[in-house]
Amino acid sequence: MAEPVVSISDLRFAWTTGEDVLDIAAFRLEAGERLFLRGASGSGKSTLLGIIAGVLEAGSGQVNVLGQNLSSLKPAARDRLRADHLGVIFQMFNLVPYLSVVGNVTLPLRFSPQRRAAISGEEDDEARRLLARLGLTDETLLTRRVSDLSVGQQQRVAAARALIGGPEIVIADEPTSALDADARDRFIELLSEEARRTDAALLFVSHDASLASHFDRSVDLGEINRVGVTA
Amino acid sequence: MSAILSLAWKSLMNRKGSVLLTLLAVALSVALFLGVDKARTGAREGFGNTISGTELIVGAPTGSVNLLLYSVFRMGSATAEVSWPTYQEIAARPDVDWAVPISLGDSHRGFRVMGTTPDYFDHYKYGRNQDLLLAQGEQFEDLFEAVIGADVARELNYTLGSPMILSHGLGQADFGSGHENRPFRVVGILAPTGTPVDQTVHVSLEAITAIHVGWETGAKNPLADNITEETIRSFDLTPKTVTAIFLGLKRRGTILTTRREINTNRGEPLMAIIPSQALAELWSVTAIAERALLAVSIFVIAVGVVSILTSILTSLNERRREMSILRAVGARPGHIFALLVLEAGLVGFLGAALGILLIHVLLAVVGPLVSAHYGISLIGTGPGPTDIYTLLAVTGAALLAGAIPAWMAFRRSLADGLSIRL
Repeated sequence: MAEPVVSISDLRFAWTTGEDVLDIAAFRLEAGERLFLRGASGSGKSTLLGIIAGVLEAGSGQVNVLGQNLSSLKPAARDRLRADHLGVIFQMFNLVPYLSVVGNVTLPLRFSPQRRAAISGEEDDEARRLLARLGLTDETLLTRRVSDLSVGQQQRVAAARALIGGPEIVIADEPTSALDADARDRFIELLSEEARRTDAALLFVSHDASLASHFDRSVDLGEINRVGVTA
Repeated sequence: MSAILSLAWKSLMNRKGSVLLTLLAVALSVALFLGVDKARTGAREGFGNTISGTELIVGAPTGSVNLLLYSVFRMGSATAEVSWPTYQEIAARPDVDWAVPISLGDSHRGFRVMGTTPDYFDHYKYGRNQDLLLAQGEQFEDLFEAVIGADVARELNYTLGSPMILSHGLGQADFGSGHENRPFRVVGILAPTGTPVDQTVHVSLEAITAIHVGWETGAKNPLADNITEETIRSFDLTPKTVTAIFLGLKRRGTILTTRREINTNRGEPLMAIIPSQALAELWSVTAIAERALLAVSIFVIAVGVVSILTSILTSLNERRREMSILRAVGARPGHIFALLVLEAGLVGFLGAALGILLIHVLLAVVGPLVSAHYGISLIGTGPGPTDIYTLLAVTGAALLAGAIPAWMAFRRSLADGLSIRL
């Protein structure tokens, strides 16, 4: 098997004042793997994602993303790494209100020449193709203001944005918590299918343990985080 | 950077309503500033153009500004006059090319009456050596003929042949104090010049003497009205005094020498001024008000720029999520900073451009009217360097103002990380 895309050892993190939020001995995300990370709210999962995405800096320990030790990188280099290799889906309000649906999907390409280069045809065509895969084919839908879309539609646009240009890692932070059960299952299916198609590793975070069955592997943050759940 | 610029543009378009209002505030402030500046330049130009071609103005000793005010601007009055023999002496000086005497002191319905010689119309010039031109009629020849300025004709609705009664002194005409027994006739109307000439009634020097027959004591002799026109015409109407003398020299180079010689005249005390110098002196007085006006309009621009700042600051909280999204897709904090600075800069640039457009359209519409009515050309109505500088300055100020919210967003984007707290 190839190198893991994310590997963490002896990570400790604390906000400026206060006790450790995270204390993780080991964590790995393999290439192309679809991993379910379960964590209750307050368990530090958003913090962990922030560290993996290179927006937050680990207090101590090793965080390797795609073979790069994040703590040895300058902030600008971490931003570059994120732009080129990471797709992120938030819980809700994923979209930039003043961009069109297609404009939102192609947004990462503005910040990453590498992901732009990974697309063979027109950027907008690629966006439409991805949106179609995710079940958004209606042309009138694509021209609507993003704030007029339903939450489920918004999340699928966000998924297309995370996947465009073929990043190696897709991080989804509670993307289905605002969806009903049907929409939720459908969304997870589509997302993991597309992740598999592009060979992206999917790190799916949720508090809802019942979702674990959709994934290759499941990790409980409460178990790997030695700080323990405080909430 | 172009990616950020297009984001900034789309973000502004998304908030069209409030952005348009801010844009309008900036545009109006810039239009006001440029309007004030152009009016100021126009006024100064017009002011400096009041008299040209005259090398020296000679009058009784007084302040140089005072002499200029009453001889050229028809404001205030002379404290003393120059005697006719002295005028003749000066006119006969070898270095003097021409000498035009003027006599002031009477008025017609609020407009000053000036007695002079027909030479005045040949030698008095304004602007860039422009001659006084007759729009209608001809110069005065007979004793009781008058040539009136454009404003006089317009405001009093006078046409050729209109009768006019001059009044003694500078007040409004009231019967008994006037020269109603010596009516004048309009024979010529001058084209507008934008100078005090427009507000002047021109008659011959002899006419001034003639209407004052019977006024030798300073008040009207009760018998004055009994003197017939024929009797007056038979008198020697050579004036005893004149108010001031406009001089042209044979060689401009002697201007200082001639002035000194006149100022140190052994006979009657005299004073000679150089019009352009006195104009500059006078302008320096009005320049204070002019600068105050300019300062106010600069403050108005500052208010416009502050309104840009306000509109961005108020939008900052609701845009926090947007910033996090941008960060998540790879935007560096610098991109966030640039986005907000560019938004401010765009509003400043577009607002200033709109303001420049606004003032030029306004000038294009109003300019010809003003020029036709008042003879003041609103010069520099085409885009000038001032417009470019203003555009750059306002854009620069807006970029600077935008740096404040940009810095706040920059700091937040570092602290927020990827998690968005609402």
